[in-house]
Amino acid sequence: MRKTLALALLLASSAFAQSTILNGTGRKATVAIRNATIVPVSGPTIANGTIVFANGVITAVGTNLTAPSNATVIDGTGLFVYPGMIDSGSNVGLVEMDSVAGTVDTTELGDFNPNAQAAVAFNPHSEVVPVTRVSGVTHVLSVPEGGIISGQSALMQLAGWTPPESVVKAPAAMHIRFPRLRSTSPFATQPPDEEAEKEQKKAYTKSIDQLRDLLRDAQAYAKAAGARAKDTKVRRFDRDLVLEALVPVVEGREPVVMHANLARDIKAALEFADEFKLKVILAGAQDVARVVDEVKRRNIPVILGPILSLPQREDDPYDLLFTNAKTLHDAGIAFAIQSGDAHNARNLPYHAASCAAFGLPKDVALKSVTLYPAQIWGVADRLGSLEIGKSASLIVTDGDPLEIRTNVKRVFIAGEEMPMDSRHTLLYEKFSKRP
Amino acid sequence: MKNALFALALTIPLFAQERVTLIRNATILTVTNGTIENGSVLIRGSKIVAVGKDIAAPANARVIDATGKFVLPGIIDTHSHTAVEGSVNEISLPNTGMVRIADAIDNNDVSAYRQLAGGTTAALVLHGSANAIGGQSQILKWKWGRPASEWLVSGAPRTIKFALGENPKSANFRPPEGTPRQYPATRMGVEEVIRKSFIDARDYMAAWDEYEAKVKRKETAIPPRRDLLMDTMADILRGKIDVHAHCYRADEIIMLLNVADEQGFKVRELQHVLEGYKVGREIAKHGAGAGTFIDWWGYKAEAYDAIPYNVALMVRDKVLTSVNSDSDELARHLNHDAAKAMKYGGLTEDEALRLCTINPARQLRLDNRIGSIETGKDADLAIWNGHPLSVYSRVDTTFIEGEVYFDREQDLKRREELRKEKEERLKKEADEAKKDKDKEKEKKDA
Repeated sequence: MRKTLALALLLASSAFAQSTILNGTGRKATVAIRNATIVPVSGPTIANGTIVFANGVITAVGTNLTAPSNATVIDGTGLFVYPGMIDSGSNVGLVEMDSVAGTVDTTELGDFNPNAQAAVAFNPHSEVVPVTRVSGVTHVLSVPEGGIISGQSALMQLAGWTPPESVVKAPAAMHIRFPRLRSTSPFATQPPDEEAEKEQKKAYTKSIDQLRDLLRDAQAYAKAAGARAKDTKVRRFDRDLVLEALVPVVEGREPVVMHANLARDIKAALEFADEFKLKVILAGAQDVARVVDEVKRRNIPVILGPILSLPQREDDPYDLLFTNAKTLHDAGIAFAIQSGDAHNARNLPYHAASCAAFGLPKDVALKSVTLYPAQIWGVADRLGSLEIGKSASLIVTDGDPLEIRTNVKRVFIAGEEMPMDSRHTLLYEKFSKRP
Repeated sequence: MKNALFALALTIPLFAQERVTLIRNATILTVTNGTIENGSVLIRGSKIVAVGKDIAAPANARVIDATGKFVLPGIIDTHSHTAVEGSVNEISLPNTGMVRIADAIDNNDVSAYRQLAGGTTAALVLHGSANAIGGQSQILKWKWGRPASEWLVSGAPRTIKFALGENPKSANFRPPEGTPRQYPATRMGVEEVIRKSFIDARDYMAAWDEYEAKVKRKETAIPPRRDLLMDTMADILRGKIDVHAHCYRADEIIMLLNVADEQGFKVRELQHVLEGYKVGREIAKHGAGAGTFIDWWGYKAEAYDAIPYNVALMVRDKVLTSVNSDSDELARHLNHDAAKAMKYGGLTEDEALRLCTINPARQLRLDNRIGSIETGKDADLAIWNGHPLSVYSRVDTTFIEGEVYFDREQDLKRREELRKEKEERLKKEADEAKKDKDKEKEKKDA
């Protein structure tokens, strides 16, 4: 089965970014993996267990199960089965080479682009897709960047031959990089420049005012659209795609990811969200330990990461970003972890494990890249754990997937077994054979 | 202000003469002599004086019980830009080999401390890659809290940074409006800059030889004009300065090795060397080492063929290989990169550990002093709370030359104290500023 899937070719000289590796077979076979340690994440680990799936859906998980007669049986002795991992913030599919502008589709011009949709620009044939997938990350939130309203993210499966085939949920959320107030650092060697600070404050206030005006316009637009839907005698008006994109946001149907890191920016972003009763998810949140109460009180989830990055202030504790997850866990705040990366979204599990190195329980670290993101992105009915009725998006490994030395042996996405090839494995094979 | 605060910050190593420390009951990963379970390391002054199973604690020794913990040599990073903020690229000429990192060390860079907290103790600090020959690098130890002069590793080999490919040809860099582009703009030009610099150096050396011969013969002689760049290039040819060359693509690697063979110098270490796996045997034949990040790729065109199996393939080709950071962030967990070399290409645990310890020490020609836990070597090591090749492990204590420069327990204890200190200082500063302002106002009013 795997042999036929591995019929991928690699042209090392291939110009830009069109992977020759299969994006799936279309075969959602009946499969039983037996004698494996099954880690459903949502419940206790099952030693010597069996998991069965058919038509892309898990049909049985447990011990002493008989495989259906038509099942392809995989011996899982010595192996482990986990749900596929979900990256809660990446640029996978939106960028091929950062320095080559023609291959970068992350950032639209201007400050307000609510109508920009990651799902539209996602390239399922990017070389980044198989590279990420063979490492056990099966789903990614692809996120637009830049400006104040960056656009709408999409939860994508790393399988599928067209962007729509890869979509799990689109839009997943609206992304707002909340304006940041920068003031002269207390450690600046120059005395504070009062004029410059005034200018900055002015620009900051102006940005927030613009954002507020836009959301108010969206509220009005929603009202007008609602009125016209009910009564065609209401005067017709031209469609506005920017405002239209914001309607589900101001109506609280689509979550808003507020990207903010410093405590004062987080507070400002949350207060702003209160004003419009937005359904908020906080992201980045490096200073979250300073605003735990503010977050807890509002009962909003947090996307942490990238964890393997540097604290912003020189006098921040060296382990600040490693300990935030434990702080949230202890406070009972829902969270998930993002890589914030494209090419190395595959390192998502190590971002999570780094939190475990600093006190987060290991099983919670695992949840932060499986079940928790599924819950936060509203797809826990389908993804995030190994339960009957959920999508057969799972990985077979020879150990804990959060540990670097562990190898991912097989990857299934929605029941389809994916090739274990990537640009990297194929170049490795090629140059292993240099005569 | 900044200096004062951070000089005091975090941990201040305790200094004493010939302090004796015994770390015991640990798993000692010596790197060069295998693993010792339930082992001990005895440190006297700045040196390791004994490593083994049953070492009795000398009188007055500080004894650290490291039961369940691991001791690893200090991690060595052969590609760092820490502690030279703002002085990375002397971008003004294609060859600025005359400038020296040693003249621009900033010992207030907190990144050094953060790296200690990841078990990293020494680094080769290099110029950037904006020009084909960027300047002379410096080997440092992260002696946080000590004067910059003490960070320099005394007697360490002299080194210089070369750069090939997109960066020195300014492919990803647009000069400010009105500034013309600077030569070179192609890999052909980069080759020429390097080659011509050595040809000029040969002429320069010949001019000096002639002059000295004349002096010897007691003839009238006018000395050639002294040229700091040519002095540097000549010292490379004399084997007195080691070349560390930033490179990506296989073709440019071959180019540099050919120029080196033709001009008569050796490349000590290829840096980044992301396509090294394509030409491992050529690299090994030249005798160059390779220092690379294990899984960065795709951030520019020349990094598109980078694969995480690069390390394993180069090791198989018998290239002396290390993992290094080029990043204040990655420098804090080079143990992860070592572990990845097991995942990608199946290196053994010992091979993986060597990538961030003895191999970089050999590349820096300091393997007689650092890079392993052996009697007689500098006591640069870290105590880890788990196996360093596990991503779940972290560092408890880091030593350089027998002194503690990072200790997690101390760090945690001092946080509240430092927070208060900062608050007080900021308040004092604000009060003073207000006083000055009031005074000024009074003056104006008067």
